[in-house]
Amino acid sequence: MSSATMTPPRQSRRRAWGLPRAMVLRAPGVNCDRETARALEMAGATVETVHLERLLAGDASIDDFGLIVLPGGFSYGDHLGAGTLWAHRLRALGESLRRFVDDGRPLLGICNGFQALLRLGLLEGGSLAPNASGRFECRWIWLQRPPNARSPLLEGIEQIALPVAHGEGRFIARSPGVLRELESTGHTALVYCDVDGRAGDYPVNPNGSEGSVAALANAAGNVLGLMPHPERAVSAGQAPAGRVDGAGLAIFTNAVRMARG
Amino acid sequence: MSADTIWALEIVPRDQSVDPHTRNLGQILDDLGASCVPIEHARLYLLNGTLSPALRTATIDLCLDPIIATVGPCESVAAEGWIIEVLPHPGVTDAEGESLAEALARDGFAGIRARAGHRYHLRAPLAPDLVAAAARRLAHQVVERVACRPSSFAHDPDWWRAAFMPDAAPDPTVETIPLRHLDAAALEQLSRARLLSLPLQDLEAIRDHYVALGREPTDVELETLAQTWSEHCAHRTFKATIRHHEAGRDMVVLPGLLKSTIMAATERVNRPWVLSAFRDNAGVIAFDRDHEISFKVETHNHPSAIEPFGGANTGVGGVVRDVLGVSAEPIANTDVLCFGPRDTPESVLPAGSLPPEMVYEGVVAGIADYGNKMGIPTVNGATLFAPGYLANPLVFCGTVGIAPRDRRPTEPRAGDLIVVAGGRAGRDGIHGATFSSDVLGPAHAELGSVVQIGDPIVEKRLADALPRARDLGLYSAITDCGAGGLSSAVGEMASELGADVELSRVPLKYDGLRPWEIWLSEAQERMVLAVPPDGWPALQKLFAEEGVEATAIGRFTGDGRLRVRYEGGIVAELSCAFLHDGMPLRVLESLWAPPDAAERGKIAPDADLGELLERALSDPNVASKESIVRRYDHEVQGRTVGKPFVGPEDVGPADAAVLRPVARSWRGLAIGCGINPWYGELDPYAMALLAVDEALRNLVAVGADPARVALLDNFCWGNPMLPDRLGGLVRAALGCHDAAVAHRLPFISGKDSLFNEYRLADGTTHAIPGTLLISAIGIVPDIRRIMSMPLKRPRNWLYLVGLTADDLGGSLALRLDGRRGDHAPESRPPVARNIFRAVHRTIRDGLVQACHDLSEGGLAVAAAEMAIGGGLGLEIDLGAVPATDPALPTGTRLFAESPSRFLVEVAPESVSAFEKRFRALPHARIGQVLAEPVMRVAGEEGMVIEAEVARLKACWQAPLQEPTA
Repeated sequence: MSSATMTPPRQSRRRAWGLPRAMVLRAPGVNCDRETARALEMAGATVETVHLERLLAGDASIDDFGLIVLPGGFSYGDHLGAGTLWAHRLRALGESLRRFVDDGRPLLGICNGFQALLRLGLLEGGSLAPNASGRFECRWIWLQRPPNARSPLLEGIEQIALPVAHGEGRFIARSPGVLRELESTGHTALVYCDVDGRAGDYPVNPNGSEGSVAALANAAGNVLGLMPHPERAVSAGQAPAGRVDGAGLAIFTNAVRMARG
Repeated sequence: MSADTIWALEIVPRDQSVDPHTRNLGQILDDLGASCVPIEHARLYLLNGTLSPALRTATIDLCLDPIIATVGPCESVAAEGWIIEVLPHPGVTDAEGESLAEALARDGFAGIRARAGHRYHLRAPLAPDLVAAAARRLAHQVVERVACRPSSFAHDPDWWRAAFMPDAAPDPTVETIPLRHLDAAALEQLSRARLLSLPLQDLEAIRDHYVALGREPTDVELETLAQTWSEHCAHRTFKATIRHHEAGRDMVVLPGLLKSTIMAATERVNRPWVLSAFRDNAGVIAFDRDHEISFKVETHNHPSAIEPFGGANTGVGGVVRDVLGVSAEPIANTDVLCFGPRDTPESVLPAGSLPPEMVYEGVVAGIADYGNKMGIPTVNGATLFAPGYLANPLVFCGTVGIAPRDRRPTEPRAGDLIVVAGGRAGRDGIHGATFSSDVLGPAHAELGSVVQIGDPIVEKRLADALPRARDLGLYSAITDCGAGGLSSAVGEMASELGADVELSRVPLKYDGLRPWEIWLSEAQERMVLAVPPDGWPALQKLFAEEGVEATAIGRFTGDGRLRVRYEGGIVAELSCAFLHDGMPLRVLESLWAPPDAAERGKIAPDADLGELLERALSDPNVASKESIVRRYDHEVQGRTVGKPFVGPEDVGPADAAVLRPVARSWRGLAIGCGINPWYGELDPYAMALLAVDEALRNLVAVGADPARVALLDNFCWGNPMLPDRLGGLVRAALGCHDAAVAHRLPFISGKDSLFNEYRLADGTTHAIPGTLLISAIGIVPDIRRIMSMPLKRPRNWLYLVGLTADDLGGSLALRLDGRRGDHAPESRPPVARNIFRAVHRTIRDGLVQACHDLSEGGLAVAAAEMAIGGGLGLEIDLGAVPATDPALPTGTRLFAESPSRFLVEVAPESVSAFEKRFRALPHARIGQVLAEPVMRVAGEEGMVIEAEVARLKACWQAPLQEPTA
């Protein structure tokens, strides 16, 4: 229990042999770091949870990792808009995160992490606004991978049930044209749907997202941001009746496979 | 631009149609008779300091997402419109403003202060009175200020400036309070003037103490005594000697209510897996060989009555700190809420109390905000509505924690440093402990200083840091800083050793606090630790890594004296013996008389039972609470394997939550509760037995082992100085004792909140219905065998387990017709215990497909809920219901609320094994599951209910459903 929150001593090797090293990057108010670390471990990674301030202080280095996850939570209280202040602080890392991405290594942003990736500009095309319902909501929803979406992080996933829990997940595209473009170019990585795979209104689309967009990827497919929480759907008992246990693990195993190269 | 100028930035969301603030103001204007006013809501950020164009650019860059918002005009717009602005009072915690200032400081703009508020544009020529009325309803006046002005006056720097705390110099003033010569009347006058809330007996004891010392007390000393001796901190009523009277019985003398009832039961049942009961900040039980589980439930009633969001928000923060105080990591929250009916017209509200709708919205939002932001799933609770809670809403907040077993540091040592960690002290919450030890009245609405505002991220940083410090062994004791602030936290930790504290070292939000204010401040998100000096450097480094401010403010001494200094000079010196044991023992009179004999209470033989069922399902006490629960993150941490809503459509109301606390183990933890104040109106003793029964039923229904359940009590009562109020409390405590002993289960923690009364302008006071919450936490041997309540498969059989009696007293069915009946349902704990054990074993052995407990609304509501949850139908023959009396009428069979009953779905192949387990217990096959979604109930008279499940579902879901875009 407690060991999950403890940070093991830093290893000097650039990459542990055999097991890809994964970083769960946390910040004040991030609160899904432990279950995210566990999901990565289940997927076969060696995981280190690193506080952003330790990275900024130079006590840890992005270059030592093959895979980074920005987990969910309420970083900096979601003040000034979800993910805003996290992105603001991440900018102090300079170009190292951009280099990590350009290198093709997988970067995953879940919920609050997705919000931060959009604010950072590592994902593009729109913004995540407060839910159309005007409030935070927690529920299990269905998602579908659109035919054009080709991120290797979603390999093997066609339709999947995951929980969402957020107050600011309503995707607004920069323009209607951009929304179409995201879809046709495969940047739209997951869309909300009903159990039969059809798009729908609330609560099928739980936050009023344009185009039912639930997840975005970059052009290379190694950066993925998604509002739902795959780390809450990795082991037995987590999925409610009628949904498959452990379905969320695929995203982490895909990421670990990518990191392995 | 010069230093110390004020600048405002307005950020306007582009889609106003979904903005909750815009909708809220629209609703308010609608209520006031002005519909269809074009409204625009914006966030308003105020900056104060040395301003520059570069700062403006940086601020816009931080605050504006151009895809979803624009920068507002902040200057004259429509000449005929109005502006309303809502800003926090100076000094009130504004976490968003602080975050903005911090981010700007990181960008190189040091020394800028920021405040965040709201601005509304009303683009219509409205009457000034109407705008003022709307403005008043927009703001929570105890923490916010509101102004309205014509749109042509967009700038109002003086008003903006008033949102910032004026600069103040440190104020070292310490007053000496002469009281040695005061008589009774003068002492009571002093107590009122300083908000000490001490009764005369205590004031006299303090006076006599200082007469003996030959000096007068300082304000710091007097305030310390008032906090430490308050009902809130010292639980004087539960420690008092009580002379209890009941008609027709001899008087009983109870030397300490808690000790002689609830704690006595825990000692008597003596379960080895209880690791800490009634000793630490939370109760602790063993989970497995390596882990222990802690649980605490607190109330935050008075603050929530005055400022619902802040009160409930800090209620959660407070109970989470209790779990941090037993060195555990929080893994779940619970909430039980009691409100006045939401549709109560304003004309009948007690003067000074907030409209129930506002309380409801604020409390739910406050609970969601704190739990969600800390990443603690809110997994179980209840919501009740009754007129008795109009002026005094109840907000119970619980937290469950996990920790490595038996590694809780609890003993401070002489020489240890006193370290305060977390938030900074301010004027917030001063006198909270004494405030909650008094009756509420209209004047209390003005008491802004007693309300605290939470900042969950500050507490989250603490929660991230403390387990690391525990594992490294860096502290020898820890406690939370709650009611009474440092005076109470340090005072308690030092009760044996004594301490020497330097108040000028305590980090402050702003200068100008007097020493006694620093000492009493109930600023949130603070913990106090006893730290061995050699561990302090490592602890400082760890806290710094997590962004936690921590300061050593003194030492534990070992001389048994509490010495408090300010800049070296002693401002208080109290002997710990007097502080903790000098309070006079109270002797209280209590009287219980049964309520006036009412009619027996029956359901009319010709009543339309189908219609009664629909009304029962639409009663807000029964109706689906989904619109509340979905605002809580109940999935975070990934442990929630038994969810609040279950079944293929996630709509069935689960009886209890189940967690899987340790990932590598299949062992689970069930969390549930029992509460029913209506039984208490008939007999609080029966209410206690019934609440324990309900809490256990809920746990057993999801698969918990009834032999491994720990109980928590929370009493919310009126003024215990009044014998009739105390009489009910005594009976409820006796009921808790008897229930625990009968079930052989321990109470591990509890809390009382008394003085839940309201004083009207005419001087009369009105108490809430005496309310007992029983929370239960139990072990589920294997989460692969947890049970849920929705119907599973057509043609499975339905069994009713447990005995139905003439138990309509206090029932929902009678209440729906404004009646009460004459006796509460009768409990039979020895039979109940056998039933619980048998139900558990059949679930464990896989003989059960669905299981739901029968509570409010009896068999009728339970059956309907199972059908709704499963999307299937059912048919029931009431003639088969196991009853105490074969002549029990049909209506009673359907709606009686006899305890210890379950409706159980059994597959045909399991029938004989299932029946064998219940051979000696009341049970019967009463019906079966239907594929067709319809509920059919047959009585003696033929078919008494035939209803579409979709129709029942609509009745049940509609009342609390929120309209959504």
